[in-house]
Amino acid sequence: MTVTRYVCAMAMAGAIALAPSSVFAQESPQALRQEIDQLRKDFDALKQQYGDRLEALEKKLAAVDGAATPTPTPTPEAAAPAPPPETAAAAPPAAQVPPGAEGAGGPTGALPTYGSAVKGSNVFNPDMAVIGDFLGAAGTNRVNPTPSLEMHESEVSYQAIVDPYARADFFLSFGQEGVNLEEGFLTLTELPGGLLTKVGKFRSAFGKVNTLHNHILTWTDRPLVTQNLVGGEDGIDDAGISVARLIPNPWIFLEATGQVFRGDSGEDPYGNAVFQSTKRSELAYVTHLRGYHDITDDANIDLGFSYSYGHNGLSNGNAVDPGSLVTQLYGIDATYRWKPLQRSLYHSFVGRGEYIWSRRDQPTGLQSGSGMYVSGDYQLGRRWFTGVRFDRSAHAEDASLTDTGGSFIVTYWPSEFSQVRAQYRRTNYNTAPSIVSSANEILFQFQFSIGAHGAHPF
Amino acid sequence: MKRYLALFITALLLTPVAARAQGKLNVMTTTEDLASIAREIGGDHITVEGIAKGYQDPHFVEAKPSFILKLQKADVLVVVGRELEIGWLPPLIQQSRNSKIQPGSAGYIDASLQATILEVPTGQVTRAMGDVHPLGNPHYWMDPENGKRIGKEIADKLSELRQNDKAYFAQRLADFTTRLDAAEKRWLAQLAPYKGTKVVTYHRSFPNFAERFGLDIIGYVEPKPGIPPSPQHTLDLINDMKRQNVKVMLIEPYFDLKTPNAIGRDTGAQVLVMPPSVGGVKEITDYFKLFDYDINLLVEAIKKTGAK
Repeated sequence: MTVTRYVCAMAMAGAIALAPSSVFAQESPQALRQEIDQLRKDFDALKQQYGDRLEALEKKLAAVDGAATPTPTPTPEAAAPAPPPETAAAAPPAAQVPPGAEGAGGPTGALPTYGSAVKGSNVFNPDMAVIGDFLGAAGTNRVNPTPSLEMHESEVSYQAIVDPYARADFFLSFGQEGVNLEEGFLTLTELPGGLLTKVGKFRSAFGKVNTLHNHILTWTDRPLVTQNLVGGEDGIDDAGISVARLIPNPWIFLEATGQVFRGDSGEDPYGNAVFQSTKRSELAYVTHLRGYHDITDDANIDLGFSYSYGHNGLSNGNAVDPGSLVTQLYGIDATYRWKPLQRSLYHSFVGRGEYIWSRRDQPTGLQSGSGMYVSGDYQLGRRWFTGVRFDRSAHAEDASLTDTGGSFIVTYWPSEFSQVRAQYRRTNYNTAPSIVSSANEILFQFQFSIGAHGAHPF
Repeated sequence: MKRYLALFITALLLTPVAARAQGKLNVMTTTEDLASIAREIGGDHITVEGIAKGYQDPHFVEAKPSFILKLQKADVLVVVGRELEIGWLPPLIQQSRNSKIQPGSAGYIDASLQATILEVPTGQVTRAMGDVHPLGNPHYWMDPENGKRIGKEIADKLSELRQNDKAYFAQRLADFTTRLDAAEKRWLAQLAPYKGTKVVTYHRSFPNFAERFGLDIIGYVEPKPGIPPSPQHTLDLINDMKRQNVKVMLIEPYFDLKTPNAIGRDTGAQVLVMPPSVGGVKEITDYFKLFDYDINLLVEAIKKTGAK
């Protein structure tokens, strides 16, 4: 019973707390009505006053319009139709033609100002950037030649937050042949269970190099092993869904990623696609496990295991169910990074290696070939970087053929937003049994970025 | 029966509050300066950890996955803002899988919102000016007045998240402000005799510090923000320093000392490695010691060189 009493008391207290406003309203209806009448009178007076003023202004404007002998002929810059008087009056900052610039057929008086009225809508425009990648090549390469000079790629990026639950990233690559959607995906940041989910077209998580855009690579090209076994420059880059989850444990950063793709991907230089689906059910799958550990504040190690499965578009000779042959890829990647925190602007080292094993079913039988690269990049000073890379890879369609190569690279960074690179590359292409074609090349690269400040690669 | 029902409802109403009152708020900050201020405000009701070390260039922190693990567990993330962390924080937040600390969420605190920001560019901004920050100079914590404002911003946001601790945070903020006021008076008195002393710094890390304590920054070792020294600029700077008789150079601990030392030899100026952050050297363990250390260092150098 006592509880009920308390509840009643609280309800009373609440009623009292809410009361004052209603009490006030009922205080004296007479006084209120008077006040309202007074307000109404004031308002009418104001209306009258403003009406008069507006009328006077309009008259003045009309007089000015009439007086302005020939209406100013717009110059090409001001070719847009002049705004009607009302909006011109509303536009806040009206720029004037600078003194001395009048006459000469140019505009006179107030110039129309653009943008200010719609500025609010620009706030939601995505972050935009363009990265240019210009390549030059000298020397001979009879197997996989690149042009002497080419604007290899212009990558346009648009990135923004979609809503409280997601963000979107688009990377359009304008190349020599046309436009390609390199990546375009939605990232859901708010899913329960710590799942990081991507939906769209994106570079798959197979290994390290496959995930990286060209401008993040420390070379002008991609290693032989990704060229030969993982779909060339485009790599495994396909429409699909990706789910990544951190695996809690007391020792290291551990992340497992699972991805499902339509089953189409890039081709190697010999024209063989890694994955090619001939029907809806022929999906491709990529799984990746990444372990990362800080050895010290200055050094860390990054290890990855990848597996990928998909159909390669080759027929097993079955007329009823064509294209059912399968390619499987296994990969191991390891990265060691050293960057002293206090001198991080000046010195760093990244050592990296990837080993990839391809098992490709072909009408003639299984081709099982492997390849790898090992690279090291050392930062000499604030602007200078140098690196080496060793390459070795079998051909996907004929594992008995093995290409080898080596590169030496020097990079100069005028600023964070541009870089110049030179690479000496020697490649031995094993084009046919016991035939080796050697290529000695010097490759140049200019890379430059404009627009929003992107994140630094890690 | 009625009594049990009433008790049950009361218990239900109280549980969420009780649950929220339990456990400390886990606060991550991007720098050690913010960590120190957050510690002042949150006391033992929160745990605090900073990402960037004080002796590290806060523009160029690596987005290590180990930070993702820390952000994943955070209830609150305090950032310097003004695009200081633009090169490394966005991917970390995105991969944190933590909805509490996404920009715009209650747990995302931009410490710059109440601070006085200097060098906000007017007119057109291009990268021809170097790595300029379009939203103003992000090194604003180097002024104790801003320290108080950062404290207030943090206290406001923490109080929103933990209504029960509102009074506690308010009391700690008041205490922090009082102590900082007293210390600021002392620091101002220490530097008062040397008002208007001309100095050169490496990067634009000290405008707020200079304005508060009356230093006159006449030039920078960098020709433009983020651009390393060039021979021509260094020559010009040496001539300027000689003409204006500049005797003190303030260099952030993460910059190479070769060029500053060469300039020092030529002009007779003393090169001071002056940390702009808590943790810049071992002795600087909190926000108060940051100013203690820097101001002592500066006063010693001015006395020794007789700089004006």
